[in-house]
Amino acid sequence: MKFRGLNSTMLKRTAMVAALGLVAAACTPGDGEQGEFVDIDRDPFLSSYTPLPSGTTLITGATILDGAGGRIDGGSILIENGKVSAIGTDIAAPADATVIDAAGRWVTPGIIDVHSHLGVYPSPGVQAHSDGNEVGDPVTADAWAEHALWPQDPGFIRAAAGGVTAAQLLPGSANLVGGRSVTVKNVPGRVAQDMKFPGAPYGMKMACGENPKRVYGNGNNSPEYRPSTRMGNVAGYRQAWADAQDYQRQWDKYERDYKAGKDVLPPARDLNLDTLAGVLRGEIAVHMHCYRADDMGTMLDVMKEFDYQIASFQHAVESYKIADKLAENNICSAMWADWYGFKMEAYDGIRENIPFVHKAGACAIVHSDSSSGIQRLNQEAAKALADGRKAGVDISKADAWTWLSLNPAKSLGIDNKTGTLAAGKDADVVLWSGDPFSVYSKADLTFVDGAVVFDRLNPDNNPVMDFELGQPGEGDAK
Amino acid sequence: MRKLISIAAIAAASFTASVSAEDIAITGGKAFTNGGSGEIENATILVSGGKITSVSSGGAVPSGYRVIDASGKWVTAGFMAADTSLGLTEVSLSGGINDATAPAEKGAIGLSVVPALNPANIFIPNTRIEGVTRAMTRMTNSGDMWLGLGAVLKLNDSDMVVQEKAFLAIDLDEGSATEVGGSRAVLWSKLNEKFQAAKDKMDAAAKKDDDDKKDDKRPSAADAALNAVLSGDMPIYAVVNRKADILQLIAFQNRFGVRVILGGGAEAWMVADMLAAAGIGVVLEPSANLPGNFDTLAQTSAAAGRLHASGVKVAFIPPGTHNSRLVVQNAGIAVSMGMPWAAAMDALTVNPAEMFGVGDSYGKLSAGMDADVVVWDGDPLEVMSSPDAVLIAGVDVPLVSRQTKLRDRYKDLDRSPAFDR
Repeated sequence: MKFRGLNSTMLKRTAMVAALGLVAAACTPGDGEQGEFVDIDRDPFLSSYTPLPSGTTLITGATILDGAGGRIDGGSILIENGKVSAIGTDIAAPADATVIDAAGRWVTPGIIDVHSHLGVYPSPGVQAHSDGNEVGDPVTADAWAEHALWPQDPGFIRAAAGGVTAAQLLPGSANLVGGRSVTVKNVPGRVAQDMKFPGAPYGMKMACGENPKRVYGNGNNSPEYRPSTRMGNVAGYRQAWADAQDYQRQWDKYERDYKAGKDVLPPARDLNLDTLAGVLRGEIAVHMHCYRADDMGTMLDVMKEFDYQIASFQHAVESYKIADKLAENNICSAMWADWYGFKMEAYDGIRENIPFVHKAGACAIVHSDSSSGIQRLNQEAAKALADGRKAGVDISKADAWTWLSLNPAKSLGIDNKTGTLAAGKDADVVLWSGDPFSVYSKADLTFVDGAVVFDRLNPDNNPVMDFELGQPGEGDAK
Repeated sequence: MRKLISIAAIAAASFTASVSAEDIAITGGKAFTNGGSGEIENATILVSGGKITSVSSGGAVPSGYRVIDASGKWVTAGFMAADTSLGLTEVSLSGGINDATAPAEKGAIGLSVVPALNPANIFIPNTRIEGVTRAMTRMTNSGDMWLGLGAVLKLNDSDMVVQEKAFLAIDLDEGSATEVGGSRAVLWSKLNEKFQAAKDKMDAAAKKDDDDKKDDKRPSAADAALNAVLSGDMPIYAVVNRKADILQLIAFQNRFGVRVILGGGAEAWMVADMLAAAGIGVVLEPSANLPGNFDTLAQTSAAAGRLHASGVKVAFIPPGTHNSRLVVQNAGIAVSMGMPWAAAMDALTVNPAEMFGVGDSYGKLSAGMDADVVVWDGDPLEVMSSPDAVLIAGVDVPLVSRQTKLRDRYKDLDRSPAFDR
């Protein structure tokens, strides 16, 4: 194999297997003492997120979309201790509650963007801030987005102004395997760990198609010029999975031998294969940048060959061509409303992609991949909904909101905590100035765990990131 | 190969048939005849010979006119995307040549983009069926600050060019300074020197009598362009964002007395009064509100409304040439951040028409204007609205594009729909 990272991995493993052989020869079960069992800490960067202080809030008289397809006109929602405690039409205000009359306004679950590079490609987008693609090796499962996450990115506050309460921050798509993603609550933090969504599983970014073969195939970034074709891309994924299987077998054997009383050394630690093996164990979800239907179709077979699950295809510009297959395979499509045409694999984008995927019974998600787009995901859903209706796909606004909160939460494995408005769920809630499917509506209040993180009508209360402090435009309406 | 040729011949034949302008009456709609103002209920708009011949409330329809019923609908002039590379860019990334960029070319002052235009570009139908019937188009990149002479297009299938050499585009932003000596000090010095030299040459020529002039060579394309700018016949379109640089631009305008349109203008709102006094219009991207670099620190989506309130004429840049159609959403975003609705409508029609010198024939619904008319199923700035009919220079354009054909092909999933035509 000419994939550079894997080459060095294989060399290391050869040495390690040889060493194990020597140990085994010198030691038999029950004969002498065992070393301490080596159990890898799989979560060394713990979330230090703590919810902001919040009170009891009752919002009344609103049009509520619950995010699961339900709609309540003249609805009320009660937020207590950072959780949704009740939702309905007739909720009595507790004595200590702040009551917000929301007549004419709408309430929805907070928007969850499954594809953001905030923090890893922050504003200002100067070269010094370009932290999203670990170019130089096509398989970098050992790179973690949270290690590049700059919590001072002003984009986080703009996203809160657009009703975004959680996001998956991903490495870029230069590599076949870009690395681990991190899911965050959209609250200001001093360090990356302050933003990490507690208990959210990790994701891993992979990429199909043009980007990896362009980045490597021109020879600028790899002395070995691989991959330079879609064939090379697939060879790269498959070899990486095969290596990960091998690596997992080494660890399984180590554990078996140790439990059998042998004094054995663990396999050499390989951070790249740690993450890939985590996917094969079902602990890490794969989110794969893939535009073309045929690229996605190939990945369905790679997925089955190595027995892992792709949680989502990202961008998925041609999902409408294979939406039935995506439904059968339980894979979400994270899509734009109308981006297309800026590269060949985006050439066949249509405005009805999202509603057509929805119609096929597959999981549809509206995503941004953009520090600008993340601020108006409600408008993206609105455009897709309107285009779908004009093409004869009858979808309600309540159902369309599943593209913005429940489906993204499912694909990230956090739907037990957020994504819908139901008693016991995290109070990640947006109060909109009007119908959020209108270009004129704005988020009046964005709550994360019941605390206001953005208040349009009281701008002096809103956070200003360190970078914008003392600069032109500090604290301005944006 | 033979089959391909015959298909092309059929396509050419049907295309010719579709461009003949009919007599059309658009009736019953709520029309906005002058940007966002001039509202007429139950409007009758008569179109003949590619022009609007009459606009009235409840007017009769002459015999022989085909009626487009716009009852319950909104009717506006076709919109204009005021800064694009339409017709010049095919697939911008790894998809073949991109005629909007000429990184090896320096000193592109007299160069017109028109010979590079491709009317068959798929972005053109995708844009017009969303109600955007006009576009300013230009190069975005060269080996220095000169981006050549841009054009104004109407987005039909033929005779696209409404105004060739509509403006001289100059990049005076950070990226351009990087190309030109590596410093803004060099950039501004070179710009001023170039215009001073051209002015001196013009002044010297003006002192000659006709007899002395007869041996003069024809001016180069670059000199002709600079002369047109210095004599006020052609504006410059200056791409610049930082407040300090915008102040330099205002000083440049004062020095040479040229007409200036400001493109980008991230921090223009900070000097809105000065721009208004100088008569400099601003073409901006309303959704841009992040400090993307150190030139755009104070960028805000409230800028369009603030500039308008100060009396500055505003027009809009869409988010990328391929999505030129989204200039309409951008207008809605400007409204959501404080710009009056009528002003945002002006920014899509009469303002860019006037800025780029085509206001005599486009921008309003009134007799004598080119018949660019759009019938909308609701408020045109709303993201859930879209056109039910689009006329460009009197031609009722089919609401069909490569995208709608893909949509129709895959509406019901088959094993392989490649034979469905």
